[in-house]
Amino acid sequence: MTLTDKEVSMLEKKAEEIRETIINMLVAAGSGHTAGPLGLADIFAAFYFHILTHDPRNPDWEGRDRLLLSNGHTVPARYAAMAHAGYFPVAECLTLRKFGSRLQGHPERLRLPGLETTSGPLGSGLSQAAGTAYALRMDGKKNRVYCMMSDGEQEEGNTWEAAMFSGKYALSNLTAVMDRNNIQIDGMTEEVMPLEPIADKYRAFNWHVLEVNGNDIAAFITKVEEAKAIYEKPTLIIAHTIPGKGVPEIEFDYRWHGKPPTKEEGKRFLKEIRTLGGRVPGDYA
Amino acid sequence: MLNNNAHLSEKVFADDIEKAPTRDGFGRGTVEAGTADPNVVVLCADLAESTRAEWFQKEFPERFIEMGVAEQNMATVAAGMAGAGKVPFIASYAAFSPGRNYEQIRTTIALNERHVVVCGMHAGVSVGPDGATHQMLEDLGMMRMLPRMTVIAPGDAEEARKAVVAAAKHDGPIYLRFGRAGTPIFTTAQTPFAIGKALTLWESEVPQVAILSTGSLSYAALAAARALEEEGIQSVVLHVPTVKPLDEAAVLEAARRSGRVLTVEEHQTAGGFGSAIAELLAERHPVPVRRLGIEDTFGQSGEPEELLRHYGLDAPHIKDAARALLRAQ
Repeated sequence: MTLTDKEVSMLEKKAEEIRETIINMLVAAGSGHTAGPLGLADIFAAFYFHILTHDPRNPDWEGRDRLLLSNGHTVPARYAAMAHAGYFPVAECLTLRKFGSRLQGHPERLRLPGLETTSGPLGSGLSQAAGTAYALRMDGKKNRVYCMMSDGEQEEGNTWEAAMFSGKYALSNLTAVMDRNNIQIDGMTEEVMPLEPIADKYRAFNWHVLEVNGNDIAAFITKVEEAKAIYEKPTLIIAHTIPGKGVPEIEFDYRWHGKPPTKEEGKRFLKEIRTLGGRVPGDYA
Repeated sequence: MLNNNAHLSEKVFADDIEKAPTRDGFGRGTVEAGTADPNVVVLCADLAESTRAEWFQKEFPERFIEMGVAEQNMATVAAGMAGAGKVPFIASYAAFSPGRNYEQIRTTIALNERHVVVCGMHAGVSVGPDGATHQMLEDLGMMRMLPRMTVIAPGDAEEARKAVVAAAKHDGPIYLRFGRAGTPIFTTAQTPFAIGKALTLWESEVPQVAILSTGSLSYAALAAARALEEEGIQSVVLHVPTVKPLDEAAVLEAARRSGRVLTVEEHQTAGGFGSAIAELLAERHPVPVRRLGIEDTFGQSGEPEELLRHYGLDAPHIKDAARALLRAQ
């Protein structure tokens, strides 16, 4: 199923709105992560406006696909996408990280319908997604389970326990997406703790592995469709993204992993995002 | 004298009282719960025989999930399954679950409020020859600190069965503690059990001391009370399987009637059952309290009975501690 040009430009427009909302919420919050969420705006636009079977007015609907966010610190991207998709008012995004907000610094399922899990501590999302996929399959249900995870959390042992489990039980209803942005708090992943050859590692654990430019919405959706056609294994999509994508002055800069823009920076960043007009050039071939 | 309303075993003080490990109650209870509810599943981390998870596996092979030696994954997979409508029991040794996977339990089960039943086997020094690494002595403390977590240490295999069945119906995160060694089955099918309720095993007209105990040591507490009576000392024995939430009314009543409280547990005295009792009494009804348990040390290899004797947790030591407490002002 190929996307029409019109559909692609609608999704790019949504990604731009998500990026703007991310900047606005982080400036208002005064703390939080900037690079990861910006890099994931395209993927979350693809999920909430094309891939997922879901109903924003009925977040607990049994027929929904499950999207679990393992790397909870990137949740501003998810909040922004959910708001634009109609789960809650976009204005509520400005309560991020504030006292009494449903939008906790790291996502809490009990506070905001539609989150599926509580996450932040790294390495436990893939297991929960695997458990969900296993249980749904036991009941003969067709819902698909997606798990967003970071590259840094591949350093957690729990991730590999989950990879081994999912491979053993051939959870073909599970698609994991790794945000391969190459940065973590202390620096570049390959310097902090080398992950490569990460695709080969997952293949060795009996996964089907695909790679894609995670900032190319149409290409990403194509890979997700491809994963649905793999019946005998779980699929990992390694989505190469650019941290800080959409704001050229902070792209690739790991120092933007864990800090928010100031008010002044926020204004400048918003201008940069709008100048791009939603079109994010592909850097990964 | 024995509390008749507890419907204890007729052989309660007989030499040939039947014995079984509380983990047998896990095996029987999960089969019972699994029969009643098709959503009950059992996950096990490569310990199917010794945890008795294989009893469920034999009955419901399609609902038994072998996890391999991966306790962190077991807890989190269970959280995911609970989110999709299953009622998962996760079984391993308490030293590893919740010992190794505590953060996963905290975040994905407690904070995430999932109905997962964490089953910690081989708790206490009575594990025996395996030694300190496998003798979990900190689990009650770890688990009772977690908001939303219910914590239960059943007193015998029959009560363990009831606790498992109740846990399957209880909506929320829950921890059950089991032992390896065979211990007397002093309760019966008629003995009342409810989550959050304590049970008076022994009562006297004018008790001078209350012995509050949890887990299988409640039988030793009962034997101590009987020995005290022979020495002319009146006591109450309150068995408190649910460490959290405490049956506060029953604990306070025992303290008011007796004026002195001795706690007994196969666990560190810091942070566990005795601490919970002391915290409650310090704020609500201060009386002299002594806590029997493991005193800031680890276990070691040995036979269960000799280890319990060594660490001062058998009936004679409990009796002596109660007598000593009578002298407290």
